[in-house]
Amino acid sequence: MITLDSKIPSGPVTEKWDKHRAEMKLINPANKRKYTLIVVGTGLAGSAAAASLAELGYNVECFTFHDSPRRAHSIAAQGGINAAKNYQNDGDSIWRLFYDTVKGGDFRAREANVYRLAQVSVNIIDQCVAQGVPFAREYGGYLANRSFGGAQVSRTFYAKGQTGQQLLLGAYSALSRQIGAGTVKMHNRKEMLDLVLVEGHARGIVTRDLVSGKIESFAADAVILATGGYANVFYLSTNAKACNVTSIYRAHKKGAGFANPCYTQIHPTCIPVSGDHQSKLTLMSESLRNDGRIWVPKAKGDKRPADQIPESERDYYLERKYPSFGNLSPRDIASRAAKEACDDGRGVGPGGYGVYLDFADSIHRLSEETIAERYGNLFEMYERITGENPYKSPMRIYPAPHYTMGGLWVDYNLMSTIPGLHVLGEANFSDHGANRLGASALMQGLGDGYFVIPYTIGHYLASEKTAKVTTDHPEFKKAEQEATAQTQRLLNINGKRSTNSFHRELGLLMWDKCGMARTEQSLKEALKRIPELREEFWRDVKVTGVGEELNQSLEHAGRVADFLEFAELLCYDALEREESCGGHFRSEYQTEDGEALRNDEKFCHAAVWEYAGSNNKPIRHKEELTFDNVHLATRSYK
Amino acid sequence: MKLVLKIWRQQNGNSEGKIVDYMLDDVSPDMSFLEMLDVLNEKLIAKNEEPVAFDHDCREGICGACSLIINGVPHGPEKATTTCQLHMRKFNDGEEIVIEPWRASAFPVIKDLVVDRSSFDRIIQKGGFITANTGNAQDGNTLPISKIDADASMDAAACIGCGACVAACKNGSASLFVAAKLSHLGLLPQGQPERGSRVLAMVMQMDEEGFGSCTNTYDCEAACPKEISVKNIARMNRDFFKASLFGV
Ligand code: FES
Repeated sequence: MITLDSKIPSGPVTEKWDKHRAEMKLINPANKRKYTLIVVGTGLAGSAAAASLAELGYNVECFTFHDSPRRAHSIAAQGGINAAKNYQNDGDSIWRLFYDTVKGGDFRAREANVYRLAQVSVNIIDQCVAQGVPFAREYGGYLANRSFGGAQVSRTFYAKGQTGQQLLLGAYSALSRQIGAGTVKMHNRKEMLDLVLVEGHARGIVTRDLVSGKIESFAADAVILATGGYANVFYLSTNAKACNVTSIYRAHKKGAGFANPCYTQIHPTCIPVSGDHQSKLTLMSESLRNDGRIWVPKAKGDKRPADQIPESERDYYLERKYPSFGNLSPRDIASRAAKEACDDGRGVGPGGYGVYLDFADSIHRLSEETIAERYGNLFEMYERITGENPYKSPMRIYPAPHYTMGGLWVDYNLMSTIPGLHVLGEANFSDHGANRLGASALMQGLGDGYFVIPYTIGHYLASEKTAKVTTDHPEFKKAEQEATAQTQRLLNINGKRSTNSFHRELGLLMWDKCGMARTEQSLKEALKRIPELREEFWRDVKVTGVGEELNQSLEHAGRVADFLEFAELLCYDALEREESCGGHFRSEYQTEDGEALRNDEKFCHAAVWEYAGSNNKPIRHKEELTFDNVHLATRSYK
Repeated sequence: MKLVLKIWRQQNGNSEGKIVDYMLDDVSPDMSFLEMLDVLNEKLIAKNEEPVAFDHDCREGICGACSLIINGVPHGPEKATTTCQLHMRKFNDGEEIVIEPWRASAFPVIKDLVVDRSSFDRIIQKGGFITANTGNAQDGNTLPISKIDADASMDAAACIGCGACVAACKNGSASLFVAAKLSHLGLLPQGQPERGSRVLAMVMQMDEEGFGSCTNTYDCEAACPKEISVKNIARMNRDFFKASLFGV
């Protein structure tokens, strides 16, 4: 039975972190090297954590399933990173970033964590500049900012359209320095398959070497997971192909509470699906919404090309419905509005699942050169993928799964319900509530890795004083055997259907029944179908090759096996949260004009699920959320 | 579209490889190159054959995982485009396409089209960083950097570490990759204190990894999906001579 103690320090929200830092226990520098820490994942959170912890003197064992730590999917973030620097003198402050994030998260995040995030945001920028991240500059040499989805101040720092890449390369360079210095032992192409607990504490992991197939164990004093989100449960998403839920799901099965899995973010500006062969979806940066206008024809089934539809017959629905935020309305709102328009039969492009993002007005107002300077690389990318020229005809966009706010539950110290297991970045649930604002994911990943975990892990180690364990411990042997058995089982089924066909079917089901809008009925249908599909998978999947060498089908099969269990958890969570908030929209709960209707009386809490054994319904726990500083209000972007 | 694919198959690093022919029908021009390979792999699995192994991840041209020499050209025929962003509309119905892994002694083949590029990581580990521990930094705006320098640094920093430059070079040189990192950091004021030691350490490691030397044929620049300029190599050489002659 898990217990949820959020360990939020007492005192005013503005002072909690300072107070906590003053009170946390420290580890003597000479003793740090006696501790070994495992970090799984090398995206922003994982690389930043591994580098910072090694700088402090800990021994770090760092793992990635990629061929290099630099490939982690943080690299693909385009738009930018928020920080409350107020360099633009436009009224920004730590308080305002805190306020915007709590409100943007639809009042389902923990205030204390969000305030801390806003506080450390300013240090992140400084750290990145020091590492040589080439942020955009003004002519005077000072850092440039832009405004970004859902904010009325200009607080987003960026490096062209490749901010995630540059921030990740910054963290990767810091990590590389430690690898070179021998303080981090880097394990490339090793995938975590299980978490090992000894006397109730997280003490290590079991991995599969993706090249040799060898199953191995690693022991440590604490384990840090920074393995990203689970949007690939929808098969088609903007995530990289290998992104998966395996590490956090296997930790969940070992006792870590999983919080709010139903909070999934659908990004409004992605390139629509072009056919059955589609293997992933590509995001077009949200910054495009600064200059592009979104519309569909007013009439249903209007198949005329865009340039033949006169102004008076176009519906600029975001500008119409949300006059003060217009095309810059938050992601959940913009996505749902696109879905409504298409469900209403007014979608554009093949299949009718697309809306226009039109730059004609901006090109007219600012010139083609200005637009090219701002978005040139994005326009090229669009043309490369679709074969259409967006300077001539409007882009077609449609929402796609992009980010997942849910994740393993963590306390204020970023520790899960398993002592010693810490979870950072997208893999945890902590800061974004039910909806994440643009340019906040990079902030959270780096905040957790650079400025939170280096403090809180020391406190844990100093307080716990657990005995040393080695991989000879029977728990490791047991976990290794289980991992080997699962691999063998997958290889032995030798059925008829490929892993991909199962993944695709699961994704379609989830998108249909538990995607942008969910109902009690659709969720019950999904909950009926998922176990059947899982059973079919274990009976009929075909995994070719052997376990003792590079075998990409086997890797994929293991991940899909976990998605097939996790999907059920996601649906249970969506079913039991009888309200609409942020990325979770239950059609039964909406206002008369179709806006999300929260139920604060019943659901002002994080739902935390405890694993109850295979084929048993997981147990739902609650962490009540209180809003002492940002008062509960209906979000309005009108 | 119908295609004839001639694909390099190699069981592992110790075995011999060879080109194997595959026929593929029903290729849609809207598919990406990797989606076309996905379709082939599904067919192979259905026939109980092992699918073709290839590295990929983001499929949006930024992670640097995808590779492939397509008809002799790293990342295929489209300029400034990674394999994952290349679409089949760039090919013709009935065309024969030869698909091979990166070929370079510093990038040994692991299986089929997958190669080991960890040599790039080891070069970065020797000096591709600025020594700035977490917490050291002062306010970001205390260090004004001209827009021109910041933009030039960004252009070099756009490298995705895919290795196409090495695969394109007849000498298997990693000069463009190394020079891009050196320019990224060397063009910024933060990068100055270690500029000399960095170039010496990284160039030495590049040689140790078995990469060839640069003879200025510029095939690297032509193959680079991010259009990194060979001017960076000139800057690297200048920095290298300066540091080796006058010390760091
Ligand atoms: S798969 Fe990431 S660059 Fe091609």
